Amino acid sequence: MVPKIMKQGTLTPWLYLAAALIIMLVFIVYPTINTFVLSLRNKTGDAPASVDCRPGEPCWGIFENYRYALTNPEMVQALRNNALWILLTVPGTVGAGLMFAVLTDRVRYERLAKTVIFLPMAISFVGAGVIWKFVYYLETGGGPQIGVLNAIITALGGEPVAWLTNKNWLVNNMSLWVVWIWLWAGFCMTILSAALKGIPTEILEAARVDGATEWQVFWRIMFPMILPTVTVVATTMTINVLKVFDIVFVMTNGLNGTEVIANRMFKFIVTNQGRSMAIAVLLILLTIPIMIINVRRFREQEAIR
Amino acid sequence: MNTERIKRILGRIPLHFVVISLVIIWLVPTLGVFVTSFRSRQAVRESGWWTVIKGAPIPGKEEYREACASCHGMDGKALAEADLSDPEVVGDYVKTNRLLPLLREEIDGQPHVEDPEWQALIQDKSRTKEALDKLSPISQYLSTLSGGSQIAKYDLTMSNWIDALVGYKGTETYQEDCATGVSKSGKFKCDASDLLNPEGMARAFVNSLLVTIPATILPILFAAFAAYAFAWMDFRGRMWLFSLLVGLQIVPLQMTLVPIARLYSRLGLESSFLGIWLFHTGFGLPYAIYLLRNFLGGLPRDLFESIYLDGANHWTAFWKLALPLSVPAIASLAIFQFLWVWNDLLVAIILLPTNPVLTYQITNLIDPRGGNWHLLTAAAFLSMIVPMLVFLAFQRYFVRGLLAGAVKG
Repeated sequence: MVPKIMKQGTLTPWLYLAAALIIMLVFIVYPTINTFVLSLRNKTGDAPASVDCRPGEPCWGIFENYRYALTNPEMVQALRNNALWILLTVPGTVGAGLMFAVLTDRVRYERLAKTVIFLPMAISFVGAGVIWKFVYYLETGGGPQIGVLNAIITALGGEPVAWLTNKNWLVNNMSLWVVWIWLWAGFCMTILSAALKGIPTEILEAARVDGATEWQVFWRIMFPMILPTVTVVATTMTINVLKVFDIVFVMTNGLNGTEVIANRMFKFIVTNQGRSMAIAVLLILLTIPIMIINVRRFREQEAIR
Repeated sequence: MNTERIKRILGRIPLHFVVISLVIIWLVPTLGVFVTSFRSRQAVRESGWWTVIKGAPIPGKEEYREACASCHGMDGKALAEADLSDPEVVGDYVKTNRLLPLLREEIDGQPHVEDPEWQALIQDKSRTKEALDKLSPISQYLSTLSGGSQIAKYDLTMSNWIDALVGYKGTETYQEDCATGVSKSGKFKCDASDLLNPEGMARAFVNSLLVTIPATILPILFAAFAAYAFAWMDFRGRMWLFSLLVGLQIVPLQMTLVPIARLYSRLGLESSFLGIWLFHTGFGLPYAIYLLRNFLGGLPRDLFESIYLDGANHWTAFWKLALPLSVPAIASLAIFQFLWVWNDLLVAIILLPTNPVLTYQITNLIDPRGGNWHLLTAAAFLSMIVPMLVFLAFQRYFVRGLLAGAVKG
């Protein structure tokens, strides 16, 4: 790869790498290991975990924080919610992104439409949280409904809905998923749109000449050709969803059945650091499979280069 | 031929309908916050933001227009001898049972009210109750006119933005309270120094800039050196180390916060700008190196060979060749890192609690009962202006960076 003439001493590369490597070692590698160590201490993280179990009580010894992280009802709820987040918002964002990419490709104001859909990417999750809290707002004090959604419902003669504090926890979660799709569909659209534009037009034209409908062209030709990109986008979105925090923190703070892992971890970050760290370890364990997929894909790409 | 064309255009209507609907759906939530940020607390509470489009309804305005405006004028100031915007003149006439007898009296031999329908109603003693009912919105509007502030409450205003900037959370606006001297008792001095209030968005804005700019430059600087080594130097473990880097890209932030916070408290770096710069640098590096290395590695080999034949070494090749050529990649990276740090909440809460940045300051303003939308919307928009401008101005670079593979944690 590197031209012969550029050969250098064995020390030179490390001089170029030193600053970056040291910083990453201190800020990513060391804390990750330390987090694991802290998770094996007691609940608050200020003393070693006690290993003396009382008979008749469930006890995981030094893994006591993990017992909490895996069996506490709130944590079980958070784990369930994160699983639902992944199952529903990953297809949701990728599907919406793909649909937008295909649709905007066919209109003349493509750039404008894409910019609008992409714009939420620029703002913070906190900002998005405020924006949507206002959309979902429910007036209970007898005044008019000033949130768009409930105003529409009441204008149509319906009863206003508690979108974020509903008795049905699924409604609350669904409200959050909508925000997530609003935020990330543009990201998926941009990447998928570039992939779609990379498909040679001759192939599509040939299919159309042969009498294929647009539907067939999409599912039989376009989709299989961009499938690798779809996988990349889906894995990226999975990682993002796994770590979802700000949106939940701002909009519901995990109440009414909307708890997620990262918010749970944040709640304990000052008071119960041992527990908090066990939850963090749970998060990284969940990301490891994706890490491996990414590294493997990178290696394959390098082999082709 | 022509019908064919019309058919094609008609066939595309559903497509346009769907795309335009999507664009509108995507815009409306943000638009609502934007419009609301210019409305007074009272207006926000009493009507939805979309009513701004058709003009805010002021109670009694229409009735006043019909019955009184032809002489008194819409602002009530048209007749100097009967200035309805003067509270002294209006006085008790805001009560309908005082207003009705007044209107029945003649003025210079002419009926008080010109409009024949109103005139008939007012003079008909058998319909007194109906007349009183009909007058009640007018008297309401009179009190609005003479009260002055009421009417202003339905105009679009900048007061929310000012309140948000200085962090004023009173029931009246900062400017009103300053004018009446109410706010001077507390921590507000009603001069420019209020912009430094630690609870205000102006201060948070400065904090966000102080955090974001160095936290954008530092990782790119360090990453450029490392990326050059990965791309154009031969050393043992190059591939292995780089693969590790690919994996590190998605380590969740949450993994590292507590150990770093503990480390900082031992080093005396808690709640320091230096601390948060270094943290963001650490987290920005894997992706920055990855992106820059891929870009540098894609540059033509001949370029590097020829500069070497001219007697360059790695140092000069880095500064004279690699760095100038990678400006587009650096631009993408800078925008990414800028948006990422600017929009971050978690790191800022944990590592910089005493100097709140914009995102953190907003969460402090959120009222669970929804009583301060006027303030919250202005604050939210203050935090969005910079990233939106950056995004719109450099969208091209942003997209390019995304396509180079964004999997940052």
